Amino acid sequence: MAARAPAAIFQRCLHGIAVLLGVSIATFAVAHATGDPVTLLISASASEATRAQMRVHLGLDQPVIIQYLLFLRHALQGDFGQSFIYRQAVATLVLQRLPATLLLAGTAFAIALGISIPLGVSAATRGGWSAWLLQGFSMLGLAIPSFWLGLMLVLIVSVWLRLLPVDGYGGLSHLVLPAITLSLQSIARLSRLVASGMREVLRADYIRTARAKGLLERRVIWVHGLRNVLVPVVTMAGLELGDLISSAVVVEVVFAWPGIGRLAVNALGQRDFPLLQGTVFIAGLGFVLINLVADILCARIDPRIRLA
Amino acid sequence: MSDTLLDIAGLNVRFGDVAAVSDVSISVMRGEAVGIVGESGSGKSAAMLAALRLHPADTAIEAARHMLGGQDVRRAPERAMRDLRGRFAAMIFQDPLTALNPLLTVGEQIGEVLVRHRGFGKRAAKAEAMELLGQVGIADAAARIGKYPHEFSGGMRQRVMIASALAGDPALLIADEPTTALDVTVQAELARLIARLQRERQMGLIWVTHDLALMAGIVDRVVVMYAGRIVEMAPVESLYRAPLHPYTVALLESLPRLNTPRGRILAGAPPRVDRTLTGCAFAPRCASRMAQCSETPPLFSRGETHAACWALA
Amino acid sequence: MKRVATFRPGPVFLGRLGALLLGCVLFLAVAAPVVAPFRPTDINLRQRLLPPAWEAAGNTRHLLGTDNVGRDIASRIIWGSRISLSVGLAASLLGACVGSTLGLCAGFFGGWTDRAISWLIDVQLAFPFTLFAIFLLAVFGGGFVPVVAVLALATWVNFARVVRSQAMSLRAQDFVLAARSVGVGTPRLLRRYLLPAVLPSIVVVGSFSAAQAIMTQAALSFLGVGVDPTIPSWGAMLDLGRNYLQTAWWMATFPGIAIALTVLGANLVGDWLSLRLDPRGR
Repeated sequence: MAARAPAAIFQRCLHGIAVLLGVSIATFAVAHATGDPVTLLISASASEATRAQMRVHLGLDQPVIIQYLLFLRHALQGDFGQSFIYRQAVATLVLQRLPATLLLAGTAFAIALGISIPLGVSAATRGGWSAWLLQGFSMLGLAIPSFWLGLMLVLIVSVWLRLLPVDGYGGLSHLVLPAITLSLQSIARLSRLVASGMREVLRADYIRTARAKGLLERRVIWVHGLRNVLVPVVTMAGLELGDLISSAVVVEVVFAWPGIGRLAVNALGQRDFPLLQGTVFIAGLGFVLINLVADILCARIDPRIRLA
Repeated sequence: MSDTLLDIAGLNVRFGDVAAVSDVSISVMRGEAVGIVGESGSGKSAAMLAALRLHPADTAIEAARHMLGGQDVRRAPERAMRDLRGRFAAMIFQDPLTALNPLLTVGEQIGEVLVRHRGFGKRAAKAEAMELLGQVGIADAAARIGKYPHEFSGGMRQRVMIASALAGDPALLIADEPTTALDVTVQAELARLIARLQRERQMGLIWVTHDLALMAGIVDRVVVMYAGRIVEMAPVESLYRAPLHPYTVALLESLPRLNTPRGRILAGAPPRVDRTLTGCAFAPRCASRMAQCSETPPLFSRGETHAACWALA
Repeated sequence: MKRVATFRPGPVFLGRLGALLLGCVLFLAVAAPVVAPFRPTDINLRQRLLPPAWEAAGNTRHLLGTDNVGRDIASRIIWGSRISLSVGLAASLLGACVGSTLGLCAGFFGGWTDRAISWLIDVQLAFPFTLFAIFLLAVFGGGFVPVVAVLALATWVNFARVVRSQAMSLRAQDFVLAARSVGVGTPRLLRRYLLPAVLPSIVVVGSFSAAQAIMTQAALSFLGVGVDPTIPSWGAMLDLGRNYLQTAWWMATFPGIAIALTVLGANLVGDWLSLRLDPRGR
């Protein structure tokens, strides 16, 4: 079994690299789309000498391909230029704030999984109130804007009830509201997937066999049933985690959470392009890695995939 | 514990308004092998699922008497049924590819029965599972124990199913068309294997099939079903030598023999299950049809053979 | 064995509810000049920060209260529906055109075309979209066209994937093979044979894409990327209301409800359409 796994992983890695190249091309292209990237990538108050230096650095006198390759080389070295507002290397800034975003997204992810799987299984096997709850989550979770929900939660919990701090970073009490806010949309999608997957799986012949063996219903559902739902769930979970990192932007703004989302929004306000470009690239890299991990997990869960 | 493993009388299985099984009575004693023969739609599989109370949620069952391993199935709580399934009575199914969980190893699927019903620990279960694989004719069990169902051929998969059925050391084995999905050459091997295991362990066996020829050397008694009802019951030799019901006669004639390589084909098709029938269900295809046949015939006896045909009245 | 629960209210009821919600928003958008009691930019500093009419300090002239410069919240919400709907529809349409065309080509032609387009789809999905949208709009500035273009960029993938997989299965079907054997040219084949077959799926995806576009546009304007300086976008109202959360909760609450109801309407209609038009499921 293990002998064939590296081949599949290698293939997924190649795919990931191809996607990353696409990400890099897109980030490169945007900056150069307006004609003169230097105006974008250097603050307005820079001297002519600095501009000239930048032009050489970016290779602007060279063909576009060379410029792209230069960009790529810089990116691989971790050089995304300097931020206007903070006057620091972009890479440093992004990597400093990344843990906060990962903490927020990760917690929201854990909450989403922790609620979606039991809720989906319950809705599929027992129905009743859990099916209602799931329907409610599905409908409202995808319609309620996360930034509005965040504000309402702050209003009710922090302002009116004074149970939790309003915003900021610093401990579990600061993490609760943003993580819950962020998790809602994922709960809506994941629980629906788990429920419909379970319903289908429970119709399968091997479930009948498991019951014919007199196995406890608990085992039939959670070992025989759920495991077969996991592959599509893990695939979607990978996409969700990436989505969470992206959706964290607005939540970070609402709760003044010091992550890369808030960093990017500040950059937007100040037209700090190097910072934006670097953030997008690094986040894209993160996405590709997460999906790669998800693919590998799928291969471990379903032995049929490994040999494909 | 009595020698009557399964005793059902007057079983009805309904799916909405459709009667999949009507007034079926079956009993199996320890050490006895019973064959149930019928075409698709005859209700034989539905009856067996109902026997273990494994019928799907949208079907309803009722019976005048329904005893399994001394328990009254009509009243038994689900807990008690779960204790019986896999331990007292085990069932194997037709398509081993879909009937086995693709994501669990063969060892896990056999071992879980050992853990659940016979108190084995994980490691002991694994060792015993390897032993069982050997008993069902899978060589190199140690290497095979960690493999997944899709890594086996059809015949081997079915052997795995048999092994997991035997793991509970059951008194009764119900085999629902176990060889139908397999190649012809493998069918005979597997049939012989099950017959041998049944004799060695003195189990009761119910073998459900549409293939009369395959059953011949394995079972002691045969029950023939048509459109949800029993049309003939007889000891196996009597059935082959002197079948009483026109349907059984037609079935036997349709078997290929040395002088009639293709057998004689029975015209018509079994009645559609979604029509509630009155009268003998076989009448439309019966050469000996009479006026009386518009009423449902009871079972008439000739010696040890019972057949539901007005011609015997 | 327990039966799996069936859920009420049924999909028809929900579909009608969705249509009702969307219909209301559409009506408000179209009839805004007539229905809204005030103009969205009418500043009235003597009536600033009035709570909704049902509160003690409220005033029935301003049903949902006023904001920090005395503008009527209800009117601004009504006018704001114009932005949400126009952007949502435009982005969805543009995404549909681009996505369906690419999906059709990828699914029908296969080979390198398919590989190239699939790669594009994967790259797109690999992007943390909100961040990329911010990046793009920082470079190109705000305004109706850039925002619609960026939102179309968000939605085209949905269309492309669905149309692609459908085209792949359709191209092997008899009616297509028959047409080709008679010599029907490819453009005509795509337009007259394949397109009608995938149209139901496009409509279904269109509904969900419109919902997605409306939501994303609200988020973008919340973050400061505007569409139209003269009309308040609901997201921008939320952004403003954020500063007054403790003192004037109504400024942030009602625009958010408007967004939620509109997106909900589009989603419910999408669910209903998917049941009616696309029985095989999305």
